[in-house]
Amino acid sequence: MKEVSIFGDLTKALYIAKKDIREYYLKPPTISWGLVFPVAFTLAFILKGGRGIGDLIPGLITMALFFGTTSMASASIVFERKIGSFERLLLFPISYTGIAIGKTLGSFFFGLVSLMTIMLVILPLVLNMYFYSLLLILVLMLSALMFSALGVFISFLIKDPTYTMMIFNSIRFPMIFLCGIFIPVSSFPLPLRIIALLLPLTYSVEAVRYSLYHNYDIIPPTISILIIVLTTIVLIVLTSIKIKQSIP
Amino acid sequence: MSKSLNNYAIIASNLTKFYGDLLAVDHVNFRVRRGEIYGFLGPNGAGKTTTIRMLCGLTRISYGDAFIFGYNVRRESARVKSIIGVVQDISNLYMELSCFDNLMFCAEMYGVPKSERKKRTLELLEFFGLLERREAKFKELSKGLKRRLVIAAAMVHRPHVLFLDEPTIGLDVKSKRQIWRLIRELNDKGLTIFLTTHNIYEAFNLCDRIAIINKGKIIAEGPPAELRKKVGGEKVLEIQTSPIVKDIKIFANLRGVVNARIERGVYHIVVNDIVLALEEILHVIKRYNLDIISISLRGADAEEVFIKLIGESE
Repeated sequence: MKEVSIFGDLTKALYIAKKDIREYYLKPPTISWGLVFPVAFTLAFILKGGRGIGDLIPGLITMALFFGTTSMASASIVFERKIGSFERLLLFPISYTGIAIGKTLGSFFFGLVSLMTIMLVILPLVLNMYFYSLLLILVLMLSALMFSALGVFISFLIKDPTYTMMIFNSIRFPMIFLCGIFIPVSSFPLPLRIIALLLPLTYSVEAVRYSLYHNYDIIPPTISILIIVLTTIVLIVLTSIKIKQSIP
Repeated sequence: MSKSLNNYAIIASNLTKFYGDLLAVDHVNFRVRRGEIYGFLGPNGAGKTTTIRMLCGLTRISYGDAFIFGYNVRRESARVKSIIGVVQDISNLYMELSCFDNLMFCAEMYGVPKSERKKRTLELLEFFGLLERREAKFKELSKGLKRRLVIAAAMVHRPHVLFLDEPTIGLDVKSKRQIWRLIRELNDKGLTIFLTTHNIYEAFNLCDRIAIINKGKIIAEGPPAELRKKVGGEKVLEIQTSPIVKDIKIFANLRGVVNARIERGVYHIVVNDIVLALEEILHVIKRYNLDIISISLRGADAEEVFIKLIGESE
């Protein structure tokens, strides 16, 4: 669709995001997996306490963002495809990339809601910490975009909506254990380390860790940020291709 | 494209669709004049929805071309989308949004200027009789009201052509009539309307011209009156007997009879030679010892025209 302007497309992408916010933020799967689960998970660790809880903060923040964005993406896309309202978007004069960006932005904003909630929960633990606040905000924003794009892309791969949560969770839970949230990637055996480097969550955890503690496990922050940005772009492009391919 | 072709709202040229090996639409050609209601009538699975989806860009065209107001559907899809309104066969607006918000969202997506959006939305809510329900969520509306809102949503950007895929499917008689009235009113305002339906009555009463499609091919096209003429001098004998013999073959295979069916206890026998058919029918009635309760003769109606044309194509 070459006749569509980039500015016009971005404006319409924001309209899609605004519509998704009003339509899906209160849907049960979004609330349960995008808000309740990360909060419950984080509270469980905080209440358990112990000396290592501080080390888990980057992981818990990233995980909240990851679950928040991907839950919203799955709720909005899979549900719309199921009831046929996704096709409405294909009838509007907007490019497939514009639709992909719109869907990504809707999930992005919900990810920020999840993040804020988790931040409130962990506030007592970070009050006295000195961290790179601007870098942290940048990393969290970029990570939220990347996770949203990932959630949107996976949602377009799902054919049967009844398997949505099973598929999402079979991707999300292994990632929690493989991406350095609980155990540093550097301590993994080589094959697992390679797998960890292929997973986008690893780079977010590393960049957030650097922003909070001024150190990283195996990936320097510049590399992490670069990979996060590139992954986001690749995922949005892949999603727009997937949308195009969905037209019979 | 020549200037004369630009006078048409829609041109389909050898429009073809394959789903794998299955040929769903087979080299279909038609031209829809600006300002007319053009109906695509056919049984389920005939290729109606596939055709409308190809014209709207929801299904890829395998072969052939289509133009809407001179714009090529394949190459200028964004331009085409900005001048068409589409009502699919399902009411697929956004459940949690109100009537007002659904229309506002569609106006935003179609690029209706900000200064006009609210005015246009309220105008449409009033025209479609939904102003009082403007704050109701889409999921709270009845089937008929949902359908009306979906048509309103397709009208927010003042399209040149309105595509309606089975606009009254699943509606009660009252809601159907309301939708038909709205379609006529929209057409009176100059809007070109392309509708698909399997409802013969809807097509024959609403459309200026009809194309009858079966197994992916157009088998007849023309104004309803012209299509009626295609069945020539055929008449329909409506006979009520006591008792009723449920095996319709006793009449269907007689000389002078084209086809026969039984509906709510009345035999509808389409005949092409009234004298011969009547002679044969009376003979059967006598043989089966039936009493005639009523007998009447009328011209072929839309349903008989449709059945005959479909039958001939097969």
